[in-house]
Amino acid sequence: MKMSSRARLLFACASALVAGALAMPLWRVQLYAPQYPEGLGMTIHAGTVRGATENDLRSINSLNHYIGMKTIEPDAIPELRFIPWIIAALAAGGIGVAALGRRRTAIAWVGAFVVLGLVGIWDFYKWEYSYGHDLDLEHAIIKVPGMTYQPPLIGSKQLLNFTASSWPAIGGACLAAAMVLAIASLMIDRQAPSPVSSRRESRLTEAA
Amino acid sequence: MSALKTRSVLFGATLAGAAAVLYACGSHTARTTSLAAGDAASKVYVPPGSYDEFYAFLSGGYSGQVAVYGVPSGRLLKLIPVFSQFPEDGYGYNEETKPLFQTTYGFVPWDDSHHPEMSMTDGVPDGRWLFINANNTPRIARIDLTRFETDEIIEIPNAAGGHASPFTTPDSKYVVSATRFSVPVPNNDVAIDTYKKNFKGTLSFISANQPGKMDIAFQILMPGYNYDLGHAGKGPSDGWFFFTSYNTEEANTKLEENASQNDKDFIAAVNYRRAEECLAQGKGRTAPGNYYHNWVEEGSRIAKSERKTSVTMLEPANCPGAVYYLPTPKSPHGVDIDPTGEYIVAGSKLATVIPVHSFTKLQRAIADRAFEKEIDGIPVLKYDAVMAGEVQKPGLGPLHTEFDGRGYAYTSFFISSEVVKWKLGTWEVVDRIPTYYSIGHLMIPGGDSKQPWGKYLIAMNKITKDRYLPTGPEMAQSAQLIDISGDKMKLLLDFPTIGEPHYAQAIPASLIRDKQVKYYKLADNKNPWVTRSESEGGITRTGKRVDVKMIAIRSHFAPDNIEGVQVGDTVVFHVTNIEQDWDILHGFAVLGMNTSELILQPGETRSLTWIPKGTGVFPFYCTDFCSALHQEMQGYVRVSPAGSDVKLMANVSRKAQAQLAGQAGAQR
Repeated sequence: MKMSSRARLLFACASALVAGALAMPLWRVQLYAPQYPEGLGMTIHAGTVRGATENDLRSINSLNHYIGMKTIEPDAIPELRFIPWIIAALAAGGIGVAALGRRRTAIAWVGAFVVLGLVGIWDFYKWEYSYGHDLDLEHAIIKVPGMTYQPPLIGSKQLLNFTASSWPAIGGACLAAAMVLAIASLMIDRQAPSPVSSRRESRLTEAA
Repeated sequence: MSALKTRSVLFGATLAGAAAVLYACGSHTARTTSLAAGDAASKVYVPPGSYDEFYAFLSGGYSGQVAVYGVPSGRLLKLIPVFSQFPEDGYGYNEETKPLFQTTYGFVPWDDSHHPEMSMTDGVPDGRWLFINANNTPRIARIDLTRFETDEIIEIPNAAGGHASPFTTPDSKYVVSATRFSVPVPNNDVAIDTYKKNFKGTLSFISANQPGKMDIAFQILMPGYNYDLGHAGKGPSDGWFFFTSYNTEEANTKLEENASQNDKDFIAAVNYRRAEECLAQGKGRTAPGNYYHNWVEEGSRIAKSERKTSVTMLEPANCPGAVYYLPTPKSPHGVDIDPTGEYIVAGSKLATVIPVHSFTKLQRAIADRAFEKEIDGIPVLKYDAVMAGEVQKPGLGPLHTEFDGRGYAYTSFFISSEVVKWKLGTWEVVDRIPTYYSIGHLMIPGGDSKQPWGKYLIAMNKITKDRYLPTGPEMAQSAQLIDISGDKMKLLLDFPTIGEPHYAQAIPASLIRDKQVKYYKLADNKNPWVTRSESEGGITRTGKRVDVKMIAIRSHFAPDNIEGVQVGDTVVFHVTNIEQDWDILHGFAVLGMNTSELILQPGETRSLTWIPKGTGVFPFYCTDFCSALHQEMQGYVRVSPAGSDVKLMANVSRKAQAQLAGQAGAQR
């Protein structure tokens, strides 16, 4: 089945948003403590992890040595090497869908996007879990029995003196918006009265 | 005997005069706890976490430093060490800052700082730098206001008592220094009673608008008076500088009496643009003049010293039109130019009037050659030809005047202990307010510039007595904040100050606040002994010198165990604070160290020399409570006898091991 031109346009927009997300932070983890009224922040990009300011990552790592948390080193996270390619492929695929205009390919694309998104979130959670739980207790300076330091996937949580909050950043919002647009594009084609359905409708009216 | 008698008669007369004024002003109550205006508390209350409206920089007087206050709260924000060693952070003890103290007299560890002066752009304070003078061993320092640190100190040659200093031209091209004590120029061994023949004053113009490049642009050789204070012209009088002088009697002993004989002394009016012309025409001469210029090098942040041996000297007789004397009653102290640049106000401390000269009349008098006489090639203008007006019966002992930008002037009176507000042009006194006690300088933010922020006035008093809870024979100095926004001056606040503040400067906080450096970038640290990571730390021996490279980070030093040092060695600790986070400081101190501690700002390297005198194990520790494990931030140095075979050793931390292994891995 062919997509309407409106739907294809929406799909192209969705692809552009996905491509845009490549250049923007996807997620942001922010830490506040009495000693850090200005906050320390960390942004997760498709290909790296950065401090919100020049030295925030350095400061976060420096503080984390007290609890035995592993050093956050973007180069040591293998996923960050291929996530940009996945997103780029997704964006390119989306453009392809818009060009082809085949509804079935579009559905497949949305399906792939959902699956990849879920895998991404699961992977992020797994890393958070690992940083928060796999502590070097032999060298940790502050050891609170039973305490782990996993930041929330989304929302806020108190970790000792720090309030950690985790929210999608602009790039993450772009991906979400892209998903909404792509699904909307599928929906408008379903709701729009096609020649076939209108004929059937008129027949039903006659029967009545 | 007769001199003594005259003196006591004079003293009696002064007392009688003071008594008469006291009587005239009504009875002074002993204490004035309730004199502050009813709403004063709310006007000076800055709620917790909120900021003051102004930064105020008060000289630290005989402490040699600068104190920074918030106004209107009167809260002390910082002490900036300038001319005195400061063991509190190692300034003047660590190797990086010691060169700042170099003079032709050797290492001078103290001075008497008098007059802070802000750098200006187009006659308005711009918040880039603060200059301040050293009065005892004449020098001028430049303080950078993005870091609140002393960056440069220049010595003034051929001078003694750098009091009329460091007033700034409207474009900050020059700061000036004039000699309070005339001396032989060049200084040499002569009989003191040959004063009139051999002693000279100098007016120095120091180029100031390039950091790290201050230099004596030229000096003007003047008659041997005492030059007291100065201020640059502005607007129409831009290009002129005015200096007060006293002891025009040229007395060399008992100045109290002998320098108070003449009815009028002089304000020297210097057309420095004319002086520049003469110098360009080769009318100056190269004269001996030994001085040091010390500055902090960018990048390494290590102070450097250079010695210079000559200056360009200009004699007024060789440059007609460069210098004039304005007769001014009597022993004038301050000379202050109003915001329009037209009026030149003298603080004639022994006169019963405040004399005001007019710049317009000054120019006309020069054109008309209205000269009384000439002294060493300097024309003395006729008083009536230059005088704009006199404020009659203002009070006793006028010293300094500042302006509110609304046509009013405020003069401090030491003897009658008050601030008097008067109107420019009509010369009438419109208000007066007592000060507690015996005010010296007063300051309005921007009050000596083209654009005063005329909301507050700070009175800096010489005597404190009963203003605070008593603290033995010596009290803190006292300042008073006065609201000048209305018709009547209102006392708002007393606050104690350090040393003896002379002059001060203040500027809206917005011009400085957002330019503050929060840490030094490790990547930009060019100190040759910088240690950027734990793995770079270590120990080296060069003959009897042992250098220890060490990092400080929450909450440890690395290395923290050092062995192989011997009695007779000179140990230099080069400690780098590798934090890159605002206000995370570390300190460093060693048991028995004969110098000071170090306080290390984030990203900074400082070096401290230690000569252990005996064997043993010496702990060192962090002196600035940096973190929860601050008490664990410590280490040991082992000192063995000379010739011992204990191996030179600095331990390697676990982190350093990991870093070294990583580097080795990367190389394979």
